Amino acid sequence: MSTITNARNIEDLRLENLVKTFGDFVAVDDVTLTIPAGSFFALLGASGCGKTTTLRMIAGLEDPTSGTIKVGNADITRLRAFQRPVNTVFQSYALFPHLDIFENVAFGLRRRGIKDVTPAVEAMLELVELAPMARRKPAQLSGGQQQRVAVARALINQPDVLLLDEPLGALDLKLRRQMQIELKRIQTEVGTTFVHVTHDQEEAMTMADTVAVMNAGRIEQMGHPADVYELPKTAFVANFLGQANLFGGSISGRDGEDLVVATHGISMRLPSSRNSASESELLVGVRPEKITILDAIDVGKIPTGNNVVTGTVTDVSYTGVSTQYLVEAPWGQVLNVFEQNVIVGDRSEVGDPVVVHWAPEHTFGLGS
Amino acid sequence: MKWLRSHLVGIIAILVLVYLFVPIAVVMILSFNKPAGKFNVSWNEFSLDGWTNICGVPGVCESFLTSIQIGVVSSLAATVLGTLIAFALVRYRFRGRSTTNLLIFLPMATPEVVMGASLLALFLNLQFPLGQTTIIIAHIMFIISFVVVTVKARLQGMDPRLEEAARDLYASPSQTFRYVTFPLVLPGILGAALLGFALSFDDFIISFFNAGTLVTFPIYIWGAAQRGIPVQVNALATIVFISALVIVLVIQVRGQMKRKALSAAVVNPAAIDVLPRS
Repeated sequence: MSTITNARNIEDLRLENLVKTFGDFVAVDDVTLTIPAGSFFALLGASGCGKTTTLRMIAGLEDPTSGTIKVGNADITRLRAFQRPVNTVFQSYALFPHLDIFENVAFGLRRRGIKDVTPAVEAMLELVELAPMARRKPAQLSGGQQQRVAVARALINQPDVLLLDEPLGALDLKLRRQMQIELKRIQTEVGTTFVHVTHDQEEAMTMADTVAVMNAGRIEQMGHPADVYELPKTAFVANFLGQANLFGGSISGRDGEDLVVATHGISMRLPSSRNSASESELLVGVRPEKITILDAIDVGKIPTGNNVVTGTVTDVSYTGVSTQYLVEAPWGQVLNVFEQNVIVGDRSEVGDPVVVHWAPEHTFGLGS
Repeated sequence: MKWLRSHLVGIIAILVLVYLFVPIAVVMILSFNKPAGKFNVSWNEFSLDGWTNICGVPGVCESFLTSIQIGVVSSLAATVLGTLIAFALVRYRFRGRSTTNLLIFLPMATPEVVMGASLLALFLNLQFPLGQTTIIIAHIMFIISFVVVTVKARLQGMDPRLEEAARDLYASPSQTFRYVTFPLVLPGILGAALLGFALSFDDFIISFFNAGTLVTFPIYIWGAAQRGIPVQVNALATIVFISALVIVLVIQVRGQMKRKALSAAVVNPAAIDVLPRS
C-alpha cells in the first residue's frame, strides 16, 4: 500500500468569500469555510442549492465570480483544472469509454509524464478490488465497479483534495450502502481530504466527519453530523436533516438553566444553551424519536419537568424496527412520533387519545 | 388461407428484398456474359472476358481510376474542413452561428442540376480551365455539408463531462483533444469520410457540368450507354458493390462481437460480483 498512502503533508482546503453568479442568479453566495486536511467533508443540500457549483469551482471547472480558493496558503483560484492538486469523481463517473480500466486509471499519471505507471495502477486497482478487471472496457463493468474505477482514477494522482459529486446517486439502495462503507474505508486508508457533495442526508451523516448543510447558495450550518442533527440552528436544517416537530412560541420566563416558552396555550421547557434564537419569538423543536407516546390515562407516569402534549392518533405505520405515529395536537398541528418496537403487545391505534412527552434536554430552540 | 395470413409479412418482405436486389443481381450476372451484339442486355454465353480482361476496353479503367482519385482527394479535404466546421459550430458561441448552421445545409437542398450549372458559370467567368481540379472543388463543396452533419451529431452526443474529466486529470487542452475528444469523435469522422467518398464516386450531374474533357466513371458509362455498355463496366460495378458490402459486414460483425462481450460480462456472475471481498 506504500505506493498509495499519501506521505506528503496534506493541507487544509480554504474557501474565502466564494461567490458565483449566473446572470441574475446567485448560485453560491459568499461561502467561507475551512475543510481540515484529511477529513471527510460532506456538502449537503437540495438540488440547486449551489453545492455542485461550489465543487466545480474547487475543481477548476467553473470560474468563481469572486472570492479565493486556497490549499494551505497557496492560492489556486486562477489555476486551470489540469494545474490543480485536486481530482474529481464525477456523477455518473465519466469514465473514458474508449480506454480499458487500466488506461482509465493510468490517465492522470501518463498526462503528468510518469513513465512507469504499472506498479501504481496495479496497487490502486488492488485497493479498489478490481485487479482482475484491468483489461475490460468501462461498459463491461457493473455500476458499482465503474464507481470504484472512477475513485481509483482520481485517487491514483494523490490529490490534496478528492471531490466526489453525488458519487453514489446512480446506484441502487443496497449497493449504495456497501459503497458508503467502501468509500469510508478507502478514505481512512489513503488519508486524503474528501469533499463529498450529496442530497442524501443519511449518506452524508454515515460517511462524513463534518457536514455542511447548504441552502440557497449559503452554508446554513456546519459541524459533526451528530451535533448538527441533535442541535439544528435553523428550521431548514431541522427539516432537511431528518424530521422535526416545530412549535412557534415566545419566551415567558426562566427556571434555573431552562427557558420557559409559552406555545399554543401550554408551556415547554428548553435549556438556554440549546436555544439559538436571538429574539423572544422562537420555534421550539424536538426530533420524532425523542418523543415517548403513552395512553392518555397513563399521564401520571410522565417524569416531572418533561414537555407534554396531549393529542389523538391520526395515523399508525409499522415499519419493522419502529412504529411511526401521527398525533394531532389540540391546536391542529400534527406531530411525528417514532417508537422503537421493543415492547411486545398493544400499540396505540388510530383515534386513541394519547399523551406524548420528551425531556427538555432533547428540545432545541430556533429563530423563527 | 390461414397459412397465407400467418406468413403474409414474411412473403411481402421477401418480395421487397427481391425488388431491391434484382437490378444488382442482373448487373453481376451480366458481368459473366458474352454479349451477342453491342448491347449487353440478354444472356448469351458464359465468359470470363469481362473479368480477365477488365481494362480491355479503352477508357474504362482510366475513368474508374480518375473517379477513385477524385473521390479520395475530395472526401479527405471535405472531411478535414467539415470536421473543423462541426467543432466550431458545436463548441463555440459566435455571431452568425445559427446562420452558419442553416447555410451549411443549403448545398444539400439545392438541386444538383442548378448547382452544377452555376458552378460551371462561375468557372467559365473566372476562365478557370475545366477538369479534375474543378470537379474536386465542386465535390468538396457539397460533401462538406454531409460531413458537418455527421460529425456534429457525434460531437453533440458526447458527454461533456468526459472532457472535464480529462482536464481534471491533468490533460492540457491539446492533450484533452488528442487523447479523449478525437478518439471519441473518430468513428463519426470515418463514417463521414466513407459517405463523402461514395457521394463523390457516383456523382454524375455536377461532374458532367464541370468536367471539361475529363471522363469520370459515371460519365464514361453514360457515354457508353449510347453505343452499348462493355461487359467490363459490369465487372467494375460488381467490384465496387462487393467492396461496399464487405465494409458494411465488417462493421456489423465487429459491433456484434462487442455486444456479445458486453452481454457475457452481464450474464457471467463472476464478472459482476459487486464487492469481491477477500
